[in-house]
Amino acid sequence: MTKPTFMRLCLLPLAVVVAAFFVLPMARLVLIGATGRHGIAAYAAIVIEPRYAASLLDTVLLALATTVTTLLIATVSGLFLQRRRFPGRALLVAMLTLPLAFPGVVIGFLIILLAGRQGLLGDVTLALFGHKEVLAYSLAGLFLGYLYFSIPRVILTIMAAAEKLDPSLEEAARTLGAGAWAIHRDIILPALAPALIASGAIVFATAMGAFGTAFTLATDIDVLPMLIYTEFTLSANIATAAALSVGLGLVTWAILALARIYGGNTVAANG
Amino acid sequence: MSGHGVALRVVACGKTFADGTRALAPVTLDVGRGETAVLLGPSGCGKTTLLRIIAGLETPDPGGRVLFGDSDVTGVPIERRNVGMVFQSYALFPNMNVADNIGYGLKVRGVGEAERKARVAALVALTGIEGLERRRIDQLSGGQRQRVALARAVAVQPSVLLLDEPLTALDAALRERLRGELNRLLRTLGITTIYVTHDQAEAMALGDRIVVMREGAIAQIGTPRAVYFAPENRFVAEFVGAANLIEAACNGATLALPGGTLPVADGALHGPATAMIRPEAIKIVPAENASLIGLVDSVSFLGDRQRVLISAAATKVITADVPNAIALAAGDRVGLSVEPAAIRLLPGDTT
Repeated sequence: MTKPTFMRLCLLPLAVVVAAFFVLPMARLVLIGATGRHGIAAYAAIVIEPRYAASLLDTVLLALATTVTTLLIATVSGLFLQRRRFPGRALLVAMLTLPLAFPGVVIGFLIILLAGRQGLLGDVTLALFGHKEVLAYSLAGLFLGYLYFSIPRVILTIMAAAEKLDPSLEEAARTLGAGAWAIHRDIILPALAPALIASGAIVFATAMGAFGTAFTLATDIDVLPMLIYTEFTLSANIATAAALSVGLGLVTWAILALARIYGGNTVAANG
Repeated sequence: MSGHGVALRVVACGKTFADGTRALAPVTLDVGRGETAVLLGPSGCGKTTLLRIIAGLETPDPGGRVLFGDSDVTGVPIERRNVGMVFQSYALFPNMNVADNIGYGLKVRGVGEAERKARVAALVALTGIEGLERRRIDQLSGGQRQRVALARAVAVQPSVLLLDEPLTALDAALRERLRGELNRLLRTLGITTIYVTHDQAEAMALGDRIVVMREGAIAQIGTPRAVYFAPENRFVAEFVGAANLIEAACNGATLALPGGTLPVADGALHGPATAMIRPEAIKIVPAENASLIGLVDSVSFLGDRQRVLISAAATKVITADVPNAIALAAGDRVGLSVEPAAIRLLPGDTT
């Protein structure tokens, strides 16, 4: 067998997968999106139609809030866990992998237990302020749910990245007179930037597209995946559902691409 | 920017790690203002631990004190100790360019931008890295990184400059060239310097004094000449340079050897002794009128000299470095002569 033939044969599985799972369904989705009453204008509806535009904005804001909050909490926690040794640390780190195993529906259930009508948060606020705080069935509940499964994931990434930092970099900064704040601002965070950008992008994409948690918490949270679901199953509005799907995909892809470009530069600058 | 160093005093600094291993027995060391002291020893001898105690990266066991000039800095954290340190890996900040690396210590000390730029430019010129100011660290060669690390360490005008095997990561030819450059730079700067290395040639070329260390203790402190010509024990004799260590009986005037006798300097002991003779101190002379006779085992021509292994003269094979013009071949019967002053009798211990 000649080498080029062999190479082409190796390419075959990839070509089949790409065609079957990406090119054909996406092309079909894009076409279906344009087959509704408004034709190709259905795509414009995502930004023109107030309900869809509001949903898109909500979804993007929720995903951004989740990403920023997750990165803040996970960076502080990850650095702490990587540096300190204390009793129970190993157990704690092992427990961090637990949320990765739960489907969205279980996470939704946990949020209801925490902040639902009979939830812990409600009981505490009732005792303290005399009124029952219920967050679970709103965007706030969804936000908590997304934090719950993204924080552990990012903590583990940060710990792995921090492990690889050369400890002499920090020592060198200290000999030069840098205090703890300066060391983190000038040395540690820049070194962690590629890991932060990469994991932030994943958190953002997951929060944009997650469905199970939203579905469990309530059907009237108008995030984009829920909207697509209702258009598709309840209204049988397949063309709109397809158009919204393409829109969701494009926004997420654009953000990930930005992160890759920016993260790529950071990686290069970090040598 | 020269002459801002201080005298350094290390008093009874030992280090026992949390798991009970003793890395360093209590050590006392004085380094004069502007002096370069080299901590020399094999890996695991405690030299890096001692350096890190001086830097403030490790705390000594209770009782140990570190003094910079008149001030006791034992309890002062490293960021306020005003030391400059060059790490073996250089530890340059990858997210900053060359100029920002050099100026970082000045920046965190709040030195204004104009002054900072001037100081960085002066150091760039001093270390010979002009034109590289805007380069990223990963665009530098090993030798350039070493210079940037040194410039960064001295930019803050430290009281004490600490160098942890700064040339070890470089290849042999470059190492030798940078050694000369480093020597010139340390003399120019006049900073009190502690230099850690396991390379005895580096130690002798750079040190005003050498502190030979072994298994967490100091084996000898002395000038390069003293350490080389008058080692106080067997370990120092063997670690610094090549040495013939010959067991022989001494009668106060000569050593009795299987191949004859060797006269020793006055005041020698009576009884069994270990004689240290450097290979270059041994001269090949005609066998007829020599007091010590041996047989040439092998000859290795090294260009500038030849290394000859001689058997039958002593209880073990003697190594001699002789001029390259002498014609010798294996099996030759030769006479050996050594200046009495070049024979160092070591204490009878086995270490």
